[in-house]
Amino acid sequence: MELLYQRDIYGQTLVELGKENKNIVVLDCDLSSSTRTALFARAFPERFFNFGVAEQNMMATAGGLASCGKIVFASTFAIFASGRAWDQVRNTISYNNFNVRIVATHAGVTVGEDGASHQAIADMAIMRAIPNMTVVVPCDGPETRDVIKAAVEYSGPMYIRLGRSKVQTIENKGKFKIGLSYCLKEGDDITLVACGIMVKEALEAAEELKKENINASVLNVHTIKPLDEETILKFARKTNRFVVCEEHLVAGGLASAIAEFLSETYPIKIARIGIRNHFGQSGSPQDLLRVYNLTSSDILKEAKKLIGR
Amino acid sequence: MSEKYPPELIKDLERKAKKVRCLIVSMIANAGSGHPGGSLSSSDLVVALFFARLKHDPKNPKWPERDRFHLSKGHCCPLLYAVLAEDGYFKVDELLTLRKLGSILQGHPDRRTPGIEAASGSLGQGLSVSLGMALAGKIDKIPYRVYCLMGDGETQEGNIWEAAMAASHYKCDNICAMLDYNGFQIDGKTKDVMNIDPVADKWRAFGWHTIEIDGHDMRQILAAYDEADSVKGKPTIIIANTIKGKGVSLMENVCDFHGRAPNAEETKKALEELK
Repeated sequence: MELLYQRDIYGQTLVELGKENKNIVVLDCDLSSSTRTALFARAFPERFFNFGVAEQNMMATAGGLASCGKIVFASTFAIFASGRAWDQVRNTISYNNFNVRIVATHAGVTVGEDGASHQAIADMAIMRAIPNMTVVVPCDGPETRDVIKAAVEYSGPMYIRLGRSKVQTIENKGKFKIGLSYCLKEGDDITLVACGIMVKEALEAAEELKKENINASVLNVHTIKPLDEETILKFARKTNRFVVCEEHLVAGGLASAIAEFLSETYPIKIARIGIRNHFGQSGSPQDLLRVYNLTSSDILKEAKKLIGR
Repeated sequence: MSEKYPPELIKDLERKAKKVRCLIVSMIANAGSGHPGGSLSSSDLVVALFFARLKHDPKNPKWPERDRFHLSKGHCCPLLYAVLAEDGYFKVDELLTLRKLGSILQGHPDRRTPGIEAASGSLGQGLSVSLGMALAGKIDKIPYRVYCLMGDGETQEGNIWEAAMAASHYKCDNICAMLDYNGFQIDGKTKDVMNIDPVADKWRAFGWHTIEIDGHDMRQILAAYDEADSVKGKPTIIIANTIKGKGVSLMENVCDFHGRAPNAEETKKALEELK
């Protein structure tokens, strides 16, 4: 069982891509050792800029670089990328439709011990509400590599959300394409929809459900925006029940995006696994996932409730 | 001095500035809203830049080697639109579509306008955008220059000082910032609302080369651009002492005209004065 840091893969992939593509420029705000952009900085010092603790400047400068044709990867922790520099992201990056890839690490409560001030739990909602912005949440190491590679060719601004902790590699994923979700497991009774680290939890819940003769589909919706409406609709019709799982507030993220779409097209019962209306706290990632009901057993419970068992 | 800046050039720039001021007043009056005060105070700076210094091609706005101009104080876009139209980026007639539905001339700068590098309007971000352009030029080893016009009230934004620190850190001598120091902002005199003085000391402390001029004297303006060109290893800021509403008596140093259009009678008077 392979365990990888998404941010290790991010840094390594940047170096790989930087060799082929001289247009790639990488920016960071004093967190390059944590976000792993330091790997790129070592390999291509002339195309790396550290802005110190100044996220607003980094985001607006990223826009200026992109206006000159650069493909810019700008990294910091998710809490700062989505909060501290939001106006710069909105008005300079997204309004101009510039090719800036905001790769935010340390997202969600699994930041752990640093506590609530550092736990981005609304970043997907914040970024999803900006026109032009694409939002992607890869589920493991290899998918991180896929999205970073795809981001080089992609047009327009992107927010890519990575975690802090090591994550287990999910086997037998489909071919990665931004905007296309894929089915990891087919079943007719219910669909477990997930992104990021919750994909693994959803797969484990599906295994448990099987023991009770409930056949669940598992969908990895790594692209929150634009939403893969075709696949969502197909599975809504097929199973009529969704449990949507995300390491994020239940408001504004993946569950919201899916509920918004289905309420207009094919309303079904949806249960939401996510953080309710409160801040996080210090603790180990595993403890926090348990406290905020973000584990496979929570998914299992909701799924059974939805089915009436 | 007189040889360096021939009287004909100065006269020509002054004529152009007057024409541009006429266009600013007309287009804002026609739109019924907009920001005349700061557009008029920085007219001379921008006219001198576009018609005597900026290396650019209105027929090829995306020419990679062009000098960049970024209007950080985006609300003064009527000035930029007038200059771009006069320079041939689009027809002068377009100016009458300012702020109207579907126009290429939005209420604040937008990339749909030929010649506009990046949107602005939310204050304080333009120096960072210019820094990005300057860093791109250094990476690509293209010797273009980046000019950034800021308002004085705008420098109350923290983002400006983040950018000031970084431009100096990265030794961006290809940046020339201009500060339109007209001393007024929406709520009153800058020194009463939130004092920015001693402004030159602040920029020097951040590692910038500073030049203080009368922002309505074409010779001083051209000399400042030339001096900025010659500075190595650090960015330059031209602190231009200006008069808000310059050129239109009824608007000069009148705070109210920061963000209001002249009525019919005021417009008539203003245009007569600018004839």
